[in-house]
This record gives sequence, structure tokens and C-alpha cells, in this order.
Amino acid sequence: MAPFVPDFISEPLNLVVALILGIAFGFVLEQAGFSSSRRLAGVFYGYDFTVLRVFFTAAVTAMSGVIVLGWMGVLDTEAIFVNPLWLRPAIVGGAIMGLGFILGGYCPGTSVCAAAIGKIDGMFFVGGGLLGVLLFGESLPRYLAFFESTARGPVKVFDTLGISQGAFAFFVVAMAVVAFYVTTKIERKVAREQAPSHTFSRIRHGAAGVLVVVVGFALLFMPDYKTRLLRKVSAPVFAAAHPAKTMTIDELAFRIVDQDPHTRIVDLRSAADYSALALPGSIHATKQDLFSRSLDELASRRIRKVVVGDNEAEERQTYGILEELGYENLAILSGGFAAFSQAFVQSAAFVPTGGRYDEDVRRFREDAQRKIPALIEAQKSAAQKPVKQERTIKGGC
Amino acid sequence: MQSRTMNPYLAGFLLGLVLLATIVITGRGLGASGALKNVVIASVGAVTPEHAAHSPLYAAYVDPKHDSPLKAWLVFEVAGVVLGAFLSGLLSDRLKLVTEAGPAVGRRRRWIFAVIGGALSGFGAQFARGCTSGAALSGMAVLSTAGFVTMMAIFGTGYAAAWFARSLWIAKKAGK
Repeated sequence: MAPFVPDFISEPLNLVVALILGIAFGFVLEQAGFSSSRRLAGVFYGYDFTVLRVFFTAAVTAMSGVIVLGWMGVLDTEAIFVNPLWLRPAIVGGAIMGLGFILGGYCPGTSVCAAAIGKIDGMFFVGGGLLGVLLFGESLPRYLAFFESTARGPVKVFDTLGISQGAFAFFVVAMAVVAFYVTTKIERKVAREQAPSHTFSRIRHGAAGVLVVVVGFALLFMPDYKTRLLRKVSAPVFAAAHPAKTMTIDELAFRIVDQDPHTRIVDLRSAADYSALALPGSIHATKQDLFSRSLDELASRRIRKVVVGDNEAEERQTYGILEELGYENLAILSGGFAAFSQAFVQSAAFVPTGGRYDEDVRRFREDAQRKIPALIEAQKSAAQKPVKQERTIKGGC
Repeated sequence: MQSRTMNPYLAGFLLGLVLLATIVITGRGLGASGALKNVVIASVGAVTPEHAAHSPLYAAYVDPKHDSPLKAWLVFEVAGVVLGAFLSGLLSDRLKLVTEAGPAVGRRRRWIFAVIGGALSGFGAQFARGCTSGAALSGMAVLSTAGFVTMMAIFGTGYAAAWFARSLWIAKKAGK
């Protein structure tokens, strides 16, 4: 699952990737005409809305792509960098950049493009930009408190607004199309024959607009993969009907006593319950954890993953998630943790079932009742805490 | 007049694909101002290492254990932007040493305002922790609140200030 950094692309290679993506970025920006300050400034005076068209088309394209790939399960939207918000610094900084834009005719990225093709004003702007960073670095101690204030973390905009991802995405797409239409009208009025939109084909652009709205509408029905999967396995129908291999408590006890290297227990109980009593060789995981890549130790198909939880319904849900995520060789523990704990930790007496092997089972349990608590104690004293591998990607400007 | 540029919607679509590819491959967005920051940090670190070690912006980078600030993702990306833009200018016959200004603005005045604008832009981008590319565009792509807030602040202020800066960009109307 994407992204490929840091798991599949190493740091040095990532720098080569940066160069290549930068070339594509610069090429497209320049082709779009972003190397011209007069064209860029036009967005503020109504004679040229190229900036708005390119900028919002790009934002809508990338946003839709992220949503679609996340929905398909190709892109891990939890792992990508979401720039954190410091509310007031973001507004103040944005406002200062806005002033810089209207006075200087560029923003940092476009000024680099302009300078690259020989625009002298672009070169001055880049020089000014370096000066601005220097000024910032030198004066930062004075307003460090403000700079660090109103920290909100990597919040998503639809959560801030309290609506679904799909509803927000559709709103953005619809707004973009409306803005394209309205600004084209304005541009034609202001610049007349000089308007860049003068040559636009009404039919082709209209059709493209309709297509974009249709795609935006489809985004309404594409919750991210994780939300979708959690929703699917939480449905009552799923827990009742989804086939899952089961393992009896005796088999699990046997494997624990045997210290079978090919069995791993995935414990779903609360963190408090787990720290009070953890089965030997088990790992603790919440439903959210299953989506992170810290569960690499479960990746091998030769390892039997036994899902243990408070009840079988919960086990079955997790079984479904793991199955969907591509894990193989899974099982759920019949009767859940309670049944196992009663038989082997609290040493409840074996209730004969009248079967042929009753005597064998009774003897096995007596033996296991001695060994398993000892193994649990041994593990506790070793205090092996599952080390969760943090997966962070730095980003931003 | 300049040679023709690409249809803006097509350019926007391609730009969106480049940004999407960046997110899919590297898990992060595109940027620009961060490279300026690293260049400044490297310069300050080289000129007055003593001073740099005590500034909150530079200190982490001039630590000898840290990689050189120039060996950073954004520096390589922006180096690519320079190459890509140059290549595009070459292909579209737009390579020319020239100052572009509004109809009523002389060269020197344009340069002064470009430096002032650049300084504000560089300063503001640090303050907002990202510029139009890194915070606004890339942030919007991943639906971050920060992206939308920064975008609205940039363009909102631009429009609010446009009337006052009109002599820089548009010709005076007759009779004034």
C-alpha cells in the first residue's frame, strides 16, 4: 500500500524522486504561465483568472485522487502527511503572503519558475524571499509564544466543520466549477478580447464542467477505506454470517504450553485488561492498530494468527478486517478470552462432556493449569512490551 | 505578447496529477518556501555558526549530528522546479532576460516592489509554516484544515489589498 516512503524508497533515492517530481512541478507551472507576474496578479483585478483555474483544478484533482485511492485501499491515508494547524499563525502568515503576492506579483514557488526563465523581477522576488526568511529567523524569539499558539494538530477540514469527507469534497468540487463559470464571465467583461478565456470552447469546457461535477458527486459515496471496512464488519449481518475458522481453547492452550513459534495471539481486549493479564506470546492491538504497519510480525502466512477478544462477535469483526487487509492463516478463539481464562488461569474444574476423550482432556487441562500461569508470570517479569514502530513522514514547506 | 500557454484547466489537471503522484510516492506534498528556509539556514550556519546555534529557527539544523540543511527533500525538489521551468521556457521559447511590470510601472520601481513582496512572502510563509504550494495547495489535497485556512488568508488578503496596489498592475483609467 502506498505511500512508498519510507518502506520501499530509501532516503537517498527519495532525494532523486524529489528532483524528478520537482522537474515535473516546475515544467507544468511554467507551461501554465505561472512565470508571469502580470498574469498572476490578474486574478486580483479580473483581467486574467489563470491562477484560479490552475490552482483549483490542481487542488480538486489531487484531492479527488487521494479520496479515490484511499477508498480503493491503494493509498494509506493515515500514513500521509497532513500539515498541522496553528490557527492564528496560519492566518497571519497567510495574510502576509497575500500582501507579498499583490505587491510582488508572485508567491515563492512561482517566483522560482519566473527566475528560472530569466524574469529579473522574479529573481528580485526570490532574493527578497531569502531576506524575508532571514528576517523571520532573526526576529522569531520575539514572537515565539504567538508562533506556537493555537496549535490544533493535523486536523482534517471536514472534521473541523463536522461533516463527512464526501460531503466536503463534493462542496469543494461544486464551488470550483461555479467559480470557474463566474470568473470567466467577469474576465470576459473586464478584458474583452484580451481575456485568456476568450478562446475557450463553450461546449468542451461546459462538458468538462459537467464531468467534474459528476466525479465530485461520486466522491460523496467514497468514504476512506478504513471507515468503509470498519463499517462493513460492524454490521450485525457480518458478525452472524461471516465464516471464520475457530480454534478451541484446548488447542490454544496446547500451543501455548508447547511454545509453538508458528502461533501468535492477537489480543483485542482493552489495554487495561491486557496489562493485567497477557497471554504468553500475544500482542495487543485495537481495531485501529490493525491498519497500521506495526503488525509486520503477523505478515507471514506460516504463522497462525489467533484473534482473542472479549466475545466471539468482536473476534469475528477483527478476523474480517485482517482477512480484508490480506492476512492469511487466521482463527478466532471459540468462547473468547473468558472461556480460556476460566479453564486455564482460574483453574475451573473440567466438566465432563461424556465424550471418549474426557479423561485425556481432563489430564491435559490439569497439566496446562500449572504451566500456563507460570508462563504468564515468566513473561510478566521479562516485561516485554510490544514496541510500536512509529511511522512518521515529515512534510510541509 | 508571450507565446501561448497551456489551457489552464489542462495545466491544473496535470499539476494535480504531479501533486497526487508526490503524495502517493512520498507521502508528502510539494513545496517551495521550505527550500528558501534551508538555503538561509545553511548560509547563516556557515557565516555565524555561534549565532545560529542560539536561534530557535536554526538551532536544530546546525547541530553537527543533523544532515546539512541543503541535503533536504525540498531543496532537491525546488532544484527540480528550476530545471523543469527552464526546460519549459526553452521548449516554448520564453527564455529571456526581462523585467515584467504593470503598464504604469518603471523597472526600478518594479524591482523594489518585487524585493518587498518577496520579503513579505518569505516571512509570511515561515509564519504560516508553508506557502501557496506547500501549505495551501498540498494541504488542500489532503483535506487539511491548515491548507484551507492558509489558502483563504492568502487570497482574501490579496483581494482586500488589491485596490490599494492597483497602480502597480493596471493602467490608470481615463480622467484620473
